[in-house]
Amino acid sequence: MSAKLKPSRGAPHARIMGVGGYRPVRVVPNEEILKHIDSSDEWIRSRSGIVTRHWAGEDETVAEMALAASGKAIADAGITAEQVDAVVISTVSHFMQTPSVATEIAHRLGAGKPAAFDISAACAGFGYGLTVGKGLVVEGSATHVLVVGVERLSDLTDKEDRSTAFLFGDGAGAVVLGPSEVPAMGPTVWGSEGDKAQVIAQTVPWDRFALGDVAELPVDSQGNVKFPALRQEGQTVFRWAVFEMAKVAQRALDAAGITADELDVFIPHQANMRIIDSMVKTLGLPAHVAVARDIETTGNTSAASIPLAMERMLETGQAKSGDTALVIGFGAGLVYAATVVTLP
Amino acid sequence: MAVSREEILEGLAEIVNEIAGIPNDEVTEEKSFTDDLDVDSLSMVEVVVAAEERFGVKIPDDDVKGLKTVGDAVGYITDHQS
Repeated sequence: MSAKLKPSRGAPHARIMGVGGYRPVRVVPNEEILKHIDSSDEWIRSRSGIVTRHWAGEDETVAEMALAASGKAIADAGITAEQVDAVVISTVSHFMQTPSVATEIAHRLGAGKPAAFDISAACAGFGYGLTVGKGLVVEGSATHVLVVGVERLSDLTDKEDRSTAFLFGDGAGAVVLGPSEVPAMGPTVWGSEGDKAQVIAQTVPWDRFALGDVAELPVDSQGNVKFPALRQEGQTVFRWAVFEMAKVAQRALDAAGITADELDVFIPHQANMRIIDSMVKTLGLPAHVAVARDIETTGNTSAASIPLAMERMLETGQAKSGDTALVIGFGAGLVYAATVVTLP
Repeated sequence: MAVSREEILEGLAEIVNEIAGIPNDEVTEEKSFTDDLDVDSLSMVEVVVAAEERFGVKIPDDDVKGLKTVGDAVGYITDHQS
């Protein structure tokens, strides 16, 4: 027979309590990118809106960046590390298969023995992490969840590919989720489109190197076998990101039961300024909505881009605590996640 | 009912004007989108999506690459109207 089990008891709702970010020290201007590709500063700016990005130094590992952002988020939330009972880290650029980087972060934060695991959802990773974290808080498996997006995409950048060399940056962004008496995180509209897996992807899988079969691997201008990198079909990505994701963003507003007029802030994944501008136009967002344009000085940092932009908007006064924000991430998979949140 | 080549050209001119700010009368069939009309690869996607909506045609990404001139686009839309 099935024994009668006690139900889980979670919080009535979840909210973002605090946010923190880490940007690597080294700022890389377009000029440096241009040493390896035949292009121009004007071309890069007009196609992407990117002027500078941060690239991590040797000591700025995925773990170190995640740790720095997490410490800030925990302090901003007004809790202690011991109160964190789940750590969810989204990354595609932590090159150690196992153990997860989340367990290292949990340990080094001094969080005791929280549940800790990594997730892989590329540029939608932050939204996926938020959704998982919110579920834990509301279901009762955790009271405070640390959700981090962290990337060292400079390691996955083909410096000689003129269509992507300028796009990517490094950094980490973190938030702490906790209990709330009122709804402060709307339903997530998310999904995947695996039929479009080839649209954004790593050039070759890691095990191709182990197999010793290097004959067909891509080589650089010096004849050296290239480390795997991210490649994408630009026009296809642009079309999907702008027009399909605008529909997803609208569905997230509808799911939260609000109209664009009630929105204060829009924080899309910082993929490309042209995507952001076109999405704002397609969505028909009112002029009062503050739009994140952190990409200009940060580049595309995948899972880290939304929390980094969120922190910067709060810091610079473009957004304030209590504002209603629409966040949407989208990327390799293809995957996407959009939700409306109250800013911490 | 099929739309005439002239009407398609007129519609495309309005779309290009809206997206790239080029005066309507400069959008003529022999013009290249990228070389003459300041429509880069990303703006071209916006032009294509607007044209799809306006003329009720589907223009897959693989076919977009073949649309070099305004005339190419007019021809494509003419041939693919339902």
